[in-house]
Amino acid sequence: MALQSGETLAMLVGNIWSKPRSRYWTLLGLRLLAFLAAAAATLVMALNKQTKTFVVGTIGTTPLKLTLTAKFQHTPAFVFFVIANGLVCMHNLVMIMVDLVGSKFDYKGLRFPMVAILDMLNVALVSGGANAAAFMAELGKNGNSHARWDKICDKFGAYCDRGGGALIASFLALASCFSFLSSPYLNLSTRRPIVLFLTTIINPKPQTIFISMDCSNISHCICLVFQMYVLLLLL
Amino acid sequence: MAESKRIFTFLLRFIAFCTTLSAAIIMASSREKTTVLALSVEAKYSDTPAFKYFVIVNAIVSIYGFLILFLPSKSQLWRLVVALDAVFTMLLTSSISAALAIAYVGKEGNPNAGWLPICDQVRKYCNQVKGALIVGFISLILYILLFLYSVHKALNPLLLEKS
Repeated sequence: MALQSGETLAMLVGNIWSKPRSRYWTLLGLRLLAFLAAAAATLVMALNKQTKTFVVGTIGTTPLKLTLTAKFQHTPAFVFFVIANGLVCMHNLVMIMVDLVGSKFDYKGLRFPMVAILDMLNVALVSGGANAAAFMAELGKNGNSHARWDKICDKFGAYCDRGGGALIASFLALASCFSFLSSPYLNLSTRRPIVLFLTTIINPKPQTIFISMDCSNISHCICLVFQMYVLLLLL
Repeated sequence: MAESKRIFTFLLRFIAFCTTLSAAIIMASSREKTTVLALSVEAKYSDTPAFKYFVIVNAIVSIYGFLILFLPSKSQLWRLVVALDAVFTMLLTSSISAALAIAYVGKEGNPNAGWLPICDQVRKYCNQVKGALIVGFISLILYILLFLYSVHKALNPLLLEKS
C-alpha cells in the first residue's frame, strides 16, 4: 500500500494513542481483559490442590487409608501453563502502563517495533501454555485405554473443575491477545478512507511523537529495559 | 537484490511446506504392534487426540504452504498472506506444544497419577513420534521466520527502509 512515509505505518502498528479515541479505548479494554484473564488463569491453576483419602483395604476391622494429593506441580504441562500465563499477565500489565503513560518518554521510535514483536511473543507463549494444558486435562478426564492410563477426574473432581476454569480463562486471554495483535493489520488491509485519514492526521506532527526522553544515556536505558524483559521471559 | 530475496523466500516457503508435510506423514505412519506379557499391544498415533491434532494441523498448514507457492509475487493477496501466516503459525505452536505435553507423559510417565511410561514397550513408535516432533519444531521455526518476513514486507515495523 502506498503510504507517505514508513514511520507513520510503524507508529500505527505499535502505538495506539494516535488512533481515534473509540479505537484507543477498545484496544486498552482488550489488553485489560487479557491481563485479568491471564492473572485469573495463573492464580486458579497455581492454587489448584486437592487432597483425598482413599480406603484401600481392611486389616481386621481397621481400614487402611491412603492419602493422595493432586497438585499442579505434578504435571510439567501445568507448570508451563502457570509460568506462561504469569509472564503474559506481567507483559500485558507493562503494555497497559506503556500505553497510558508512554507518551511522556520516547526512545526515538524503537518502542513501536518492540511493542509489536513482544506482542507476538506474548501470543505464542499463551497459545503454547493453554494448548499443552488443554490436552493434558483431556488426558486426565478421559484417560487413555491403549496406554493403560486411568482417568483421574472421577476421583479428584474439584481439581479437574478448577483446572478447567483456569483453562477457560487462559483461552479468553489468548483470544483477546490475538485480537489486539491483529487489529492494526485488519485496518491496514483495506484502502478505506480511515487509513488515509489516520496517516494525514499523524503525518503533519512527527516532532510531537518523537520526544527525546531525558535519560543520560538512551541506549543504556533501552538495553536495561530489554534485559529486564528478557530475564522475565527466561524466568 | 529483489530477485534474490524473492528466490530466497520461495525456497524458504518450499522447505517449510516440505517439513510440515513430512511431520504429518511421519506422525501418521507411526504404528507398532508388540506383545507384552502375552497381550498384544498396538500403539497408533490415533490413540491420542493430541497426536491426531498434530497431524491435522500439519496437514492443513502443508496444503496452505503448497497453495502459497503458486501465488504470483505482484498480487494483492500478499496482504492476506500476512494474516494467514499469523493464524497458521499460532496453530503450529499450539499443535506442537500439545503433542510435546503428551509425548512427555508417554516417555517419563506420571507417577503421581499412576501413569506408567510406555516408551520401553513400543520403542519404534516412540522414536517415530520423536522424529515427527523434531521435524514439527523445525517447521515451526521456519514458519515464524516466514511470518516475520511477511510482516516486514507488508508493513515496515523496524523502520529499516527509507521511504
